Amino acid sequence: MMIDRRLLIHFDWTLLGMTLIIASIGILNLYSITAGEEVSGTPFYLKQILWLFIGLTLMVAIAFVEYRYYLDFAYIVYAVALILLLGVLGYGIMTSGAQRWVRIGGFSFQPSEFVKISFILALARFFQRPPHREGYSLRNLALPFILLFLPMGLILKQPDLGTAIILLLVFFSVLLFVKVRWSSLLTLVFAGAAVLPLLWTFLKEYQKKRIITFFNPDLDPLGAGYHLIQSKIALGSGGIIGKGFMKGTQSKLGFLPEQQTDFIFAALGEEWGLIGALVVVGLYLTLILWGLRIAVNSKDRFGAILAFGVVAMLFWHIFINICMALGLMPVVGIPLPLLSYGGSFLVCTLLGIGILLNVSMRRYLF
Amino acid sequence: MMELNTQRMEEFKGRYKCSVVFVGSAFLLIIIGLWYFQVIKGSELRRLSENNRIRILENPADRGMLLDRKERIVAQNRPSFEVYLVPEDLKANPEVSAQVGELLGMGENEIKERLQSIKKRPPFKPVKIRSDIDWNELALLETNRVHLPGLIVDVRPKRAYNYGELASHLIGYLGEVDENELKGSKDISYRMGTLIGKYGIEYRWESDLKGVDGGKQIEVDALGREVKPLRSVEPFPGNNVVLTIDLDVQMVAEEAFQDKNGALIALNPKNGRILAMVSKPSFDPALFARNILPEEWRSLVENPFHPLQNKGIQGQYPPGSVFKIITAIAGLESGIITPDTQFNCSGVFPYGNRDFRCYKEGGHGTLSLHRALVESCDVFFYQVGLKVGVDRIAHYANEFGLGRKTGVLLPHEKAGIVPSTSWKKKLMGVPWYSGETVSLSVGQGYLSTTPIQLAMLISAVANGGKLYLPQAVEKVENIYGKTLKEYAPVEMGRVNVSEKTLSFVQEALVGAVNEPHGTGWAAALKGAKVAGKTGTAQVVKMAKDFKKGDTARMPLRFRDHAWFVAYAPSEDPVIAVAVLVEHGGFGGAASAPIAKKVIEKFLSLEAPSTYQMAGSAPGAPEGVKKLETNEQE
Repeated sequence: MMIDRRLLIHFDWTLLGMTLIIASIGILNLYSITAGEEVSGTPFYLKQILWLFIGLTLMVAIAFVEYRYYLDFAYIVYAVALILLLGVLGYGIMTSGAQRWVRIGGFSFQPSEFVKISFILALARFFQRPPHREGYSLRNLALPFILLFLPMGLILKQPDLGTAIILLLVFFSVLLFVKVRWSSLLTLVFAGAAVLPLLWTFLKEYQKKRIITFFNPDLDPLGAGYHLIQSKIALGSGGIIGKGFMKGTQSKLGFLPEQQTDFIFAALGEEWGLIGALVVVGLYLTLILWGLRIAVNSKDRFGAILAFGVVAMLFWHIFINICMALGLMPVVGIPLPLLSYGGSFLVCTLLGIGILLNVSMRRYLF
Repeated sequence: MMELNTQRMEEFKGRYKCSVVFVGSAFLLIIIGLWYFQVIKGSELRRLSENNRIRILENPADRGMLLDRKERIVAQNRPSFEVYLVPEDLKANPEVSAQVGELLGMGENEIKERLQSIKKRPPFKPVKIRSDIDWNELALLETNRVHLPGLIVDVRPKRAYNYGELASHLIGYLGEVDENELKGSKDISYRMGTLIGKYGIEYRWESDLKGVDGGKQIEVDALGREVKPLRSVEPFPGNNVVLTIDLDVQMVAEEAFQDKNGALIALNPKNGRILAMVSKPSFDPALFARNILPEEWRSLVENPFHPLQNKGIQGQYPPGSVFKIITAIAGLESGIITPDTQFNCSGVFPYGNRDFRCYKEGGHGTLSLHRALVESCDVFFYQVGLKVGVDRIAHYANEFGLGRKTGVLLPHEKAGIVPSTSWKKKLMGVPWYSGETVSLSVGQGYLSTTPIQLAMLISAVANGGKLYLPQAVEKVENIYGKTLKEYAPVEMGRVNVSEKTLSFVQEALVGAVNEPHGTGWAAALKGAKVAGKTGTAQVVKMAKDFKKGDTARMPLRFRDHAWFVAYAPSEDPVIAVAVLVEHGGFGGAASAPIAKKVIEKFLSLEAPSTYQMAGSAPGAPEGVKKLETNEQE
C-alpha cells in the first residue's frame, strides 16, 4: 500500500498534539509522585516512557493501514484476544492465583486491555451493515451480545471488574449510537435490571465489599472507607493552586492507595490544584469532543462506529476514574487514559487513538 | 470500495448532538466536584492532610470460646498489654526508643529491628514492639508515658487455653495470617498481623470463631492526641463452639498416658461424637497465641516424636491383631469358616520359605474361632486368612471404613491403606503373593490404619454395624447462648455383616477381656463388662527375631506399637475407645490399662446406675481406685 500524499495533508495533527500533551503530563505526574519511592529495578516513569514509545509506534502503524482493511480481520483479532484471555485464565487456574498477564520475551501485558480494542473492532464490523428502516431488533442483536458476554465472562473470572464494566458501557453506548428499535431497547433495560443481581454473585468478596462500603463507608473504616477519605483529602488539600511539583504529601507518604493507577487523579489534584485538574479535564473534554466529530464526519458506517466505540471507551475510563477519585463512585479499578501507570493500558489507549487518527485522515477520501 | 453514501451518514447527526450534551454534562459534574472539594472544602481537607491527621485504631473482636460438652470453658480470651511505637513520631524524638527499650529491658537494636520488620505500612501506623508485657512493665510505661511521645500501649484480647496442653491437637492453634491466606481469603477483613486459626478446631471453625473486628478512624492533633473520632465500628465477638469432648474423660486419658507417646480416641458408639482425643506428645497452644519464638518452633518440628501431628487422625500404623476382627468376620460371612472350625497352632506356621510365628512360643494347640480371638492366636488366623483370600479380607476392611478418611472435620486426616490384589498390581505392578495374605490376616504388611479408623471399627462392632461420622463439635452458639448451628449425628452407612456374625464377634471380644488367658485382661472392670481386642503392630521385621524377654533391651524405636480397642458396657455400649501406644510393646500390657481408665471414668460419670448395679462402690473415686489396684495385682 502506498501512502497517499493526501493522507499527510489530512493528518490529524491536533489529535496527535493533544495526545502527546496529555501523555507528557502523565509522565511528569508519575515522576513527581513516585520519585521518592524506593523501587527495585527501573522507576515507574522510565518504564512508562518506554511503553509510550512502543505505543506511539503502534499508533502510527495502525493509523496508516487503511481502516477498511480491518473489516476482514476484525473477527480474527477478536478471536485471538479471546484465546489470549483464555490462556491467562487457564494459566491462572493452574497456578491457583489471579492471573492477568501474558509474558512475551521481556514484556508482559494484560490481554484484557487488548480485548477492549478488539471488542470495539468486532462491534463495528457487525454494525457496519445497516439495519432495516426501523432499526435493529433483539434478534439481530444476538451476535453482538455473544461478542460481549464471551470476553466479559472470562474477564469477570480473572477477576477484573473494571474492564468488564468498561466492555458493558462501551457496548451499550454503541447500541445507542447505531439504531436499535425502541421496544428492543426497553426490553434490554428491563432484562438488564433483572440480570444485575445475577452479576452480583459473580463478584469476589472483596469487590462486593468495595461496592457496599462505597454506599456505606462506615462499614469498613479501616479498609476501603479509609482509601476513600484519603483520596478526598489528597484532592481537596491541593486547593486552587496545588502544593506544587513533587510536594504532594498524601501521595509521597503513601496515604493514597494505588496512587499510580486508580488514584492518579487525586495525586495530580493534590500537586497541581484546581488549576491543574481543570487543565487536564479540559484536555480530556476536547479530546472526547474531537473524537465525536471524527465519528460523525466519517464517510462510512464502519469508520463512524469504530471511532465512536473508541471515544466511548476513553470517555468511560476518564469519567469513572475521576468520579472514583472524587468519591462519587465505588473503587472498581479503572485507570485514567494516558495518565495512569501501566503499559498495557497505555498501549491500548494509543491503539484507540491510532484508530481515531486513521478514520480522521480518511474523512475526505473515497 | 464501498459505495459512497453521504446521505446515510446523516443518521448519526442527531445522536452526535446527544452525545455532546451527555459528555458536556458529565464533565460539568466533574468540574463541580472539583470545585466542591478543592475550593469549598479545600482548607478543611488541607488541614487534615498536614501531617495527615487521620489515624486508624484497630479494635479486634474477641474470639469465640471453646467449651466442652458440659459447657466448661476450654479456650477463652484474656487481656494482653501490647507496646507500640509510631516511627513517624520517633523522628522528632529519637531518644524515645532507647528509653522504652530501657524500661522493657530490650536492646536498642532489637527495637530498631522490630520497627523495620514491617515493610509496607501505612504512615503513622503503630508498630508492635512487645506484646503481653507484665504488670510491672505496664506500670513503668504508664508512669513515664508523658515523656514518651510516639509510645502507645494498647490492650488486646489474647487467646488463653485454660488447661494448657490438654487436647491441644483437637483445639489446634492460631498464627498470624500469611500472604496466601490473605490473597485466597473470601473475607477481606483479614489484615496483616491478624491471628487466624491454623490447626484443629481453631482452623476448621475459624469463620464461626473469629467475630467481626472493629476499629475507628480518629483525627489527632500535632502531638498525636485524639481530637475527634471520625468513623468507628464496634467489634462483635465470635461465636462459641461447643465441643463433644468431656473434660473429665479427656483429663483422665491424658494422665493415663504418663510419658508414653501415642494416641487415644474415645467416642460414643451411638452417635460418633468424640469424647476424648489425645495425641502424645502434645504441645502448648498458648505458645502460638503469643507468636511462637523460632527456637520453640524448631524444637517442636524437630522433635522425633512429632508433637505437632495429631496421631489420632494423622498417624498411620498397622493395626496388628485388632485386624483379626476383620479376618474373622470375612471368614464367617463368606462361609469359609464357622464358629466350630478348628485349626492347630504349634507356635510356628511354615509357609513358602518362611516361618510365620505365633506370639506364644509352643503354640495354642487346637482351637476354634472364639478362643483364637480371645487368646489372639496368630497361627489360627494365618490359616483363616489364606483360605479367605486377600480380596475378601480387603472387602470387609473397607466395609468397616478402613482405607478411607472417616471425614472427621479436622485438618490433615490420613486415609491409611487396605491392600488388595488390584491395589498392589496398580501401585507396584507385581502380583500379590499369598505369603502377604498371611501377614495381612493378622494386620501386618502393607495394611495401615489411623486410631480414629479403628475407633470407628470398634464402634460399628459395638452398635450393630452402624458407621457414624466422628464429630468433634456439637454446636455453635452465639455469645447469648443461642444455638446457631447444630451438628446432628450422621450415619454414613451400615456394614453389610449379619447380626449373627456380629454378635459372635462381640462375645469373643467380651471373652478377650474377661475370660482366662484373654489378652485384654488388663482392661477388665468389676463394674461393667468391657469388650476389647489387643493388637501389637510390628515396627521392624527384626522385632520378631528378638527372643521373648529381650524386648526391654531393644532400642525404643524398634519396639512394637501397642493397640487396644474396646467398648463398654458390652450389653449397651456407651463408649468406644481406640488406644495406640507408640513403641509400647505388647498391646494388652501397654494400651489396655489406658483404655480401662478412660472407660471407668466415663461410666462413673455417665452411667453411674449401671455401674453401681454391678456392685461397684457408688460412684466414689476411692472405690474406683481400689478396683484398679486390685486389678493390677
